[in-house]
Amino acid sequence: MDKIQRALLEQVADIHEVPQGAYSLRINGSLYGKNSSENIDIVKKEDKPGIDIYIKDGTKKESLHIPVLLSQTGIRELVYNDFHIGEDCDVTIVAGCGIHNGGAEVSEHSGIHSFYLGKNAKVKYIEKHYGEGDGNGRNIMNPTTYAELDEGAYLEMETVQIKGVDSTDRATKAVLGKGAHIVVHEKIMTHGKQFAKTEFEVELNGENSGAHVVSRSVARDDSEQKFISRVLGNNKCTGHTECDAIIMDNAHVSAIPEILATDPDASLIHEAAIGKIAGEQLIKLMTLGLTEKEAEEEIVNGFLR
Amino acid sequence: MIEFKNVSYAAPNGREILKDVNLTINERFVAITGPNGSGKSTMAKLIAGIIVPASGKIYFDGQDITDLGITERARMGISFAFQQPVRFKGITVKDLLSLAAGKDANVSEACRYLSEVGLCAKDYINREVDGSLSGGELKRIEIAMINARGTKLSVFDEPEAGIDLWSFNNLIKVFENMYSRTQGSIVIISHQERILNIADKIVVLSGGGIVECGAKDEVLPKLLNVQAECRFAKEVK
Repeated sequence: MDKIQRALLEQVADIHEVPQGAYSLRINGSLYGKNSSENIDIVKKEDKPGIDIYIKDGTKKESLHIPVLLSQTGIRELVYNDFHIGEDCDVTIVAGCGIHNGGAEVSEHSGIHSFYLGKNAKVKYIEKHYGEGDGNGRNIMNPTTYAELDEGAYLEMETVQIKGVDSTDRATKAVLGKGAHIVVHEKIMTHGKQFAKTEFEVELNGENSGAHVVSRSVARDDSEQKFISRVLGNNKCTGHTECDAIIMDNAHVSAIPEILATDPDASLIHEAAIGKIAGEQLIKLMTLGLTEKEAEEEIVNGFLR
Repeated sequence: MIEFKNVSYAAPNGREILKDVNLTINERFVAITGPNGSGKSTMAKLIAGIIVPASGKIYFDGQDITDLGITERARMGISFAFQQPVRFKGITVKDLLSLAAGKDANVSEACRYLSEVGLCAKDYINREVDGSLSGGELKRIEIAMINARGTKLSVFDEPEAGIDLWSFNNLIKVFENMYSRTQGSIVIISHQERILNIADKIVVLSGGGIVECGAKDEVLPKLLNVQAECRFAKEVK
């Protein structure tokens, strides 16, 4: 790994070197290295780019890192990662993509991640997206996530995209069985002429299943964001989606919520708010001695924390 | 400390709120009181620089600050506790105390500021200053922030509003401790007799002007008399 790649790795996975334990590291369009552990088996796909991950039943307190780094301009890839998580597992999966595009060509990483959570499995999935570069090439990331949660399974997804990604089209779909829960926290900041679209679809099919989706975003400059959510309650279930956006400068933000119940015991809520930073928030921080600019940064950083 | 010279202020709709106000504040505790709509909060906002006068001048320690912004005045040593504290998503109590103190507040410092307003640091330090806090809790945090700043001049806009019985005596203690640390001036906008009672000087506003201004012993009895002479009260008797 070179200096740029190490810096990208730190941005997306908070690590400086090849991770300990189970990992798969992809650099510039090919597998750089992978390591299986006793309970986590990583197998390279033969028919298409990507990996299959098998986590044994009952695996607890283990983590898996699967970062992707692109530091050459002009690489466009589509990768398939499938996660088969056994029953009663409790694991953390850290994914993420960092692009350094120093050239004039488009760099693009699209990952299709499928999760199959066994009964009572608990997974925390963290995904960070980061782009940088001094060229004029665009950085594009289009992540697709599909999750199937068996009885009593719990998936917590944390997705963060703070800087440097010119275009994103994120699609997340989850299908939940009896007593399964999904919690999604999404944070996005767009600036310049960036575009970010996120689309969530959750099918609450099992009795007492639940979904909690929270998206917080900040749109600056001439950027554009679109948030689409669709929660289907097909059984006795609870669903809550929340989209909260701060709009600045000449940005555009749209939120399109849909909640659809086919069962009288489904309880679904959607909240959406778009607005600029409240004047009184700026004034309060200025009375503490901050300049207007500093106050704005503080409010945005807190909001996206 | 702070001086108003012929200060007038009109609301954006043109209604005149303060008319040609002259006032000098040098005392330890100064209470500004008066009926609703008399211009009390307007005075506080004029001191903090949130609004600017239509005419007249404001001086702080002899320096003309009329044209200075909120930030500059804050950095010169003016603090302002809002009547209705502001909520922030994602910003914690610790963040606000750190910003107020001008440095990263450690746990023991945060504990000192919070315990003084009757909050346990352990329960509050990492809480977000958002809708999950009650009005009374926000009010106390607002006061803790002013405490953390420790500036020469502190202005409180109705600090007792929303504060329960417990806190009343403590609130007064907070002001006393604040003074012993800052040796500055504390200006409190209030309707509460118990707060007026600790003031060295009481300023009474009415209809956009100062109708009374003087030592507590001189002004307070008059205010209480007005209440006693209320026609309704007499009729009830």
